[in-house]
Amino acid sequence: MQWINHELYIAPIDAYIDPIKPVDKAIITHGHADHARPGHQKVLASRQTIDIMKIRYGEKSATSFQSMEFGKPLRINDVTITLHPAGHILGSAQISIEHRGQRVVVTGDYKTIPDNSAQAFEIIKCDLFVTEATFGLPIFQHPSPPNEINNLLKSISEQPNRTHLIGVYSLGKAQRVISLLREAGYDHPIFIHGALEKLCDYYSSEGINLGLLRKALVQDKETMKGAVVMAPPSALRDRWSRRLMDPIICQASGWMTIKQRAKRSGVELPLIISDHADWNELTSTIDSTEADTIWVTHGREDALVHWCKLNGKNAEPLRLQGRDEELEI
Amino acid sequence: MKRFSQLLVTLILKTARNDKISVMSEYFKYTPDPDRGYALGALTGTLSIPGIKPSLLRTLVAERIDQELFNLSYDYVGDLAETVSLIWPNTAPYKEKLPSITEFISKMEGTPKAKLSSLISRFLDNANSNERWAMIKFATGGLRVGVSARLAKTALAAYSGCLLEDIEKVWHGLTPPYISLFEWLDGKTGIPKIQHTRTFHPMMLANPINTEQDFNRLDPNDFQAEWKWDGIRVQAVFDEFSKQLYSRTGDDISRAFPDIVGELNGKAVLDGELLVGDNFKALPFNQLQQRLNRKSPTKTHLKDYPAFIRVYDMLFYNDDDIRDLPLKIRRQKLEDWMKRVKNSRLDISEILDFDSWSRLAELRTEKADTLGHEGVMIKDLQSRYSPGRPKGPWFKWKRDPKFLDGVMMYAQRGHGRRSSFYSDYTFGIWRGNELVPVGKAYSGFTDEELVMLDKWVRGNTLNRFGPVREVRKELVVELAFDSAHASSRHKSGIALRFPRINRIRWDKPAQEADTTETITSIM
Repeated sequence: MQWINHELYIAPIDAYIDPIKPVDKAIITHGHADHARPGHQKVLASRQTIDIMKIRYGEKSATSFQSMEFGKPLRINDVTITLHPAGHILGSAQISIEHRGQRVVVTGDYKTIPDNSAQAFEIIKCDLFVTEATFGLPIFQHPSPPNEINNLLKSISEQPNRTHLIGVYSLGKAQRVISLLREAGYDHPIFIHGALEKLCDYYSSEGINLGLLRKALVQDKETMKGAVVMAPPSALRDRWSRRLMDPIICQASGWMTIKQRAKRSGVELPLIISDHADWNELTSTIDSTEADTIWVTHGREDALVHWCKLNGKNAEPLRLQGRDEELEI
Repeated sequence: MKRFSQLLVTLILKTARNDKISVMSEYFKYTPDPDRGYALGALTGTLSIPGIKPSLLRTLVAERIDQELFNLSYDYVGDLAETVSLIWPNTAPYKEKLPSITEFISKMEGTPKAKLSSLISRFLDNANSNERWAMIKFATGGLRVGVSARLAKTALAAYSGCLLEDIEKVWHGLTPPYISLFEWLDGKTGIPKIQHTRTFHPMMLANPINTEQDFNRLDPNDFQAEWKWDGIRVQAVFDEFSKQLYSRTGDDISRAFPDIVGELNGKAVLDGELLVGDNFKALPFNQLQQRLNRKSPTKTHLKDYPAFIRVYDMLFYNDDDIRDLPLKIRRQKLEDWMKRVKNSRLDISEILDFDSWSRLAELRTEKADTLGHEGVMIKDLQSRYSPGRPKGPWFKWKRDPKFLDGVMMYAQRGHGRRSSFYSDYTFGIWRGNELVPVGKAYSGFTDEELVMLDKWVRGNTLNRFGPVREVRKELVVELAFDSAHASSRHKSGIALRFPRINRIRWDKPAQEADTTETITSIM
C-alpha cells in the first residue's frame, strides 16, 4: 500500500490520522489525549469527538472542524473516508479509507463488547487493518464487566462505613463505570472529582444515563461514607483522597488483570474493566476483517505481530511515537 | 479452593497488617476442618504435598499456547503462577465443581505421576483465573502473598484469644491439618502436648543496636556480651534416641552434619552457631559454605571442614523447659551441663570481659579481623528466652561495613512484589582490562531507585539468557559488604559477605570502579 505510511499519513489527501504534532489536516479517531491533540489546522472527526476536543482544549483548538456522521462516506478527490464506531468511548471511530480499489481501516482504540456509553463496534472488511495492541498479550482475557461491578457492589455492602474511591480516567472510563453501576441497579448518588465534571455533563447531555452525580467535596466526607467516589488515578494517592473516610482504593482498568501490578499501585480492589479489546477480541477482530496485512500499533506489538504471522497474515509493528505504552486510556 | 483463592487474592492486595489478620481469622472461623488446617499449612510453609514442578506447568501451557506468545507474556508478567493462570484458556461454563483443599490434596496424592498432568489440567479448566492462580501457588509451594508464618500465627491468636507465644511454643511439634491445634484454639481441649526433644523450638532473635540512643540508656552491668560468630544459627534437639539439628527457620539439617549429630550426648535443646574448623578454630564463612546446601557431605568435606557448634544458650535442660528463667541462670545451667556431659563437637561461646560500652567498642574493632567474627552480641542478663524478635533484651552490634565500587554486569528479575522488575544484579570489578564478577546484590535501594534501575537494565541490555540479561558495563554501584574472602566460586577469586547496594553512582564512569588488587588487600 503505497499511499499510506507508517506514520498513518495518507498521501493523496495530505492528511494524518491522530498525529502527535500539529499538522495541516488531521483525522481524529477519538478524544483521548494521545490521539486528539490541539493545534491542527483542519480537523475531521465524529461530531462527539469534536465536541470533546472543544471541551478539553477550547473552541479554537483547531482552525476548523469538520464533523462526519458514522457510516456516511466523504469523498475527497479519489479517496473515500468513512467513520465507523470503534466502541471505545463516546464518539470513537475507526477510520476507513478507500483509494484505487483498496480499503484501509485504522481502528484508533477499540473494544467489541457491549457498552452503553459508546456506539457499538462494527467489523469492516478491508485489505489493510491497523489495529491497536494495548492488551496484545494472551494473558489479557478481560472478565465480563457486570461481574466486576458485582464485586464492587459486594465490597460496598460488606464495608458500609468506608468510602470506595475508584480511580478512573476522566473521559470514557468514568462514564462507563457509572453507567455500569446504574445498569446494575445502584441508584445512590455517585460523587465525582472536579476533573470529571464537564465530561460527565457532556455524556448526560448526549443521553447516557449517569443518574444522580454530586461533586465530591471534602467537607462532605461524612456523607461520602459508604458511597462511591470517582477520581482520576492521579488523585488516588494525593492529599485529596487522604481526606476521605478510610477509603478503599479501587481502580478500573485492564491493567488490574495482573495482581502484582495492582498491588504495586496500592490498589486494594482491582476492577478489570477495560475500554480496549482483550487478546481474544483483538485476534477475532483481525480474523473477521479478512485483511491480509495487519499493522500493529501502541501496546504489546510483538505478540500480536507474532500471532498474525502464525495465522498466515502479513504483519508489521508501527511503534508510533508519543503513545505511552503503560497508560491505558 | 474457591474460598482459599479469595483469601489469597485479598491477602495479596491488602497492605495493612490488621486487615490481613482479620481476613485470615475470618477464614479460620468459617472454614471447616481439615481445609482450614491445610490452608494454614500453606500459609506458613509447613504443608508438603506431592506438588508440581514449574517444568510440568510449562509443558501443560505449551500444549495450549504458542511458545513465543507464552515467553513474551511471562517476560511481561514476571511470575510463572500468575502468567499460567492468566494465559490458560477460559472455558466457562465449567463442567465440574472446583475441589475443596482437602479433595485437591487427596486427588494429588492418589494420582500416579504419569497422570498428574491431566489431573492438573482438569482442575485448571474448571476454574477462573484467580482460582487457577491459587491452585498453582498451592501446588508449587511458596505462596508469596505478603504473609509471614508469624503473621498467620498472629491471626490464629486473634481468632482464638490464645497467646501467640503459646502457639509458637507448640507450633513446631504439630503438622497440617492441625486438628489438635484448632481444637485447643476453639476451646474444646487443652494445649496440645508436644515432645520437646523431637521438635524445633522457635528461636529468639536480636535487634540491631542503635549506638546513639541505646548506650546512653543501658547499663553495661546489666548485660553480657559475646562474639557474633560468622556461621549459621542452629538448634540442637536431642535425647538418647533422637538427635536433630535445625536451622534458624526450623529446617532439619541433621543429615548434612553427621559429624555433629553423631557426637551428641545427653538430653537437651541448645542454641548456638554452627562453624567449621579443627579444634574449635572457626574458619571463614565461605569455607563453611562448602558444607551448606548439600544433603550429605563427602569424606573430604568431613575431613577438611569438620563442623562444631559454639553453644550460647540452653532452652531445655534434660526435661526442664528453662526458657522462662533469666539468661544468667540459663548460662549457669549450660556451663554446668557442658561440664557434666561429654560432647566432642560442642564448645561454649566465650563471655567477653568489659565494664563500659567504650571498652566493648574497642574489643569489637580490635579483634574483628583476626578472629573473623561479625561483631558482638549484647544480651540482657535477665532476659527470658522468648521466641521471635522482642524489642529490648538482645542486641547485635555488627562490625562496620566495607565498601567497593562495582560495575553492573547482569540483571535478573525478582520475585513476588518485584516480579516484573529486574532487581537482582551481578556486579564485577576490574582485573586488568577485564571485568570479573564479584557478587550479587538485590537489596539496599528504594522503590523509586528500583524503577530507575529496572529502566536502565531494559534500556542497556546486550544479551538475554533466559531470565538473565547482560547489560552494558557502564553503571557503577557502591556496594557495602561485611567482609571479603578468597573463593574459587567466583571468577574474581573473591567472595563478599552480605553484599548490598549502598548507593547508585549514576555519575561515576565504569573505568573508575574498584580492582581485584584493592579488594584483595583488605581481605
